[in-house]
Amino acid sequence: MIQDYFALSFKNLKHRGIRSWLTLLGIFIGIMAVVSLISLGNGLKLGVMSQFGISSTEVISVQAGGLNSYGPPGSGVVNALTEEDAEAVGKLSSVERAVARYLSSGKLEFNDRVNFGFAVSVPDGEDRKFFYETLDADAEVGRLLEDGDLHKVVLGHNFYSDSAGFDKEIVPGKTILLQDKEFEVIGITEKKGSFILDNVVYVNNEPLKDLMDIGNEVDLIVVKVKNKDLIDKAKRDIEKLLRKRRNVKEGEEDFEVSTPESSLETVNSILGGIQAFIIVIASMSILVGSLGIVNTMTTSVLERRKDIGIMKAIGARNQDIFYNFFVEAGLMGLIGGIFGVVFGVLIGYFGTVGINSFIGASIKPEIDFIFIALVLMSSFLIGSVTGITPAMNAAQQNPVEALRG
Amino acid sequence: MPGEFINIMKNTKEIIRLEKTQKHYKMGETTVKAVDGIDITIKEGEFVAIMGPSGSGKSTSMNLVGSLDVPTKGKIFLDGEDISKLSESDLAQIRGKKIGFIFQSFNLIPNLTVKENVMLPMMFQGTSKEEREDVAEEILEKVNLEDRMDFYPNQLSGGQQQRVAIARALANDPEVILADEPTGNLDTKTGEKVMDFLKQLNSEGKTIIMVTHEPELAEAYAEKVYWLKDGKVEKVTKKKKSFAIVKEERKLFNGKGKKFGAKKERG
Repeated sequence: MIQDYFALSFKNLKHRGIRSWLTLLGIFIGIMAVVSLISLGNGLKLGVMSQFGISSTEVISVQAGGLNSYGPPGSGVVNALTEEDAEAVGKLSSVERAVARYLSSGKLEFNDRVNFGFAVSVPDGEDRKFFYETLDADAEVGRLLEDGDLHKVVLGHNFYSDSAGFDKEIVPGKTILLQDKEFEVIGITEKKGSFILDNVVYVNNEPLKDLMDIGNEVDLIVVKVKNKDLIDKAKRDIEKLLRKRRNVKEGEEDFEVSTPESSLETVNSILGGIQAFIIVIASMSILVGSLGIVNTMTTSVLERRKDIGIMKAIGARNQDIFYNFFVEAGLMGLIGGIFGVVFGVLIGYFGTVGINSFIGASIKPEIDFIFIALVLMSSFLIGSVTGITPAMNAAQQNPVEALRG
Repeated sequence: MPGEFINIMKNTKEIIRLEKTQKHYKMGETTVKAVDGIDITIKEGEFVAIMGPSGSGKSTSMNLVGSLDVPTKGKIFLDGEDISKLSESDLAQIRGKKIGFIFQSFNLIPNLTVKENVMLPMMFQGTSKEEREDVAEEILEKVNLEDRMDFYPNQLSGGQQQRVAIARALANDPEVILADEPTGNLDTKTGEKVMDFLKQLNSEGKTIIMVTHEPELAEAYAEKVYWLKDGKVEKVTKKKKSFAIVKEERKLFNGKGKKFGAKKERG
């Protein structure tokens, strides 16, 4: 019987005018917003996280001045971190290793063109391995830096794919000028999808310190904790230690210890705000759409009053009439939902393609079929629920009066 | 013998009985006595006409006879059961099964094809889709509309639409066909054809109740005519059946006639 109601309602829908379909715009837009938000939102989150290089969950980074200071991390900071700070952090019981990192911007010359480049240090020995692991770094061509590579550099992927502004690809074997000194390019890293990591120049610790005349000031301390559960303890230990070493009170820290969780929280809170806003708009849109269905179904009951009378005359019970209109309203919601899902997925897909080409990432749109099935079921439910009152109204028509039209 | 046959017909069971039935409406301060205590008895296999000018209460009577409406006072028996106190949904089930309606303005559902229109009454009785299709095709063949099954009502002539309505009325193999001014929207020739269909149905054993305001039509086809005036039965006239009709009926009684609109055995 239920499939008969569906067949009958579908027949009625087929004969509906464009006026009825326009009322579905609200449902369509609402569902489209939700679906595109989900399929794009998760991709967006992954994109933002990869942009900040948030990947490893066991790494804490420490910098002077905090994340809110202006300029590249560590630059222009009066009270910089030192190599001794890094060593002291490394000795904490919850810490496995602490690696001092140097970040520097400087003049980069190739193909008779001069650009500003951003150089990062690569530590020696065991720390090197940890550093490569943290970045999940691998060479696309050539090889990564090894101990003793003095006049050699490895470049981020954008130099290779010629988007770094030298009008020419840089390949291993070429020589570039860094602060007017010659360095041989020995490798190019794999594409990371991050504007920082894909534009960076990797130099070993010692040559970079010499080149940039860096004393014992450290830009960043990267800390590996002994195990994941110790992250919070390690964070507290480091803060305590540095407060003591730098002689600052709690709450007045001139340094920042950031864990992956805190970075994630920042990303999440920004995206969460955007998502909440879109969901409010989508809900309003669905509400307007639902009222549209109520309106169009009420009109439909009036227009088809005679049909209701005929159906009752030939044996339709009140519940038959009710289900006929109830299912019809549900189908209207479902159709709005189907269009919403299709366009939402398309927006998610092309939006992701757009983001990928803009930031050079390779994010995939998140299309979850269970979620889509739930959305479609909800849209049917929204439609049918809004159709309850008109359907009850239809069912309660007196057959004699309804037959008069 | 023809005489014996008529006696048997007269002794057949009552199918519809209205007993001192009233239908009064309140219109503001005044009470409209649309039907004011009428007695109508219709037996199985009869062709009955309810006659009267407009305002005589014949439409209201038709609604009561067809169980579309319940009386304000009095009783209505359909097949022995008092239906005057039944709920709307119970009434719907009963009339869907026992009464087939034919309306003046055909009253087909415009969004459904000819075949779907004929299938609809069976859907409300819970008949399976396959059986609905089979029965609808069979009946449409008998009203010579087999080549119009997938047409929509607005693609058909008036006569064709009324044949679809007749087919729909027969869908649940009801005992009673209730025709409300069945020729009112048709030209004379097409109207005659429709009446011949009804006559044929009657000769096959269906009870026909026709509501009309045309005395000629009532007298030509009905064996019993209820004349209504001001919500009351003014008179009842009966006519003896013509020999031709009796002959038809005898054929049926002996099981030799081809039954019109019969349904396949179910189950």
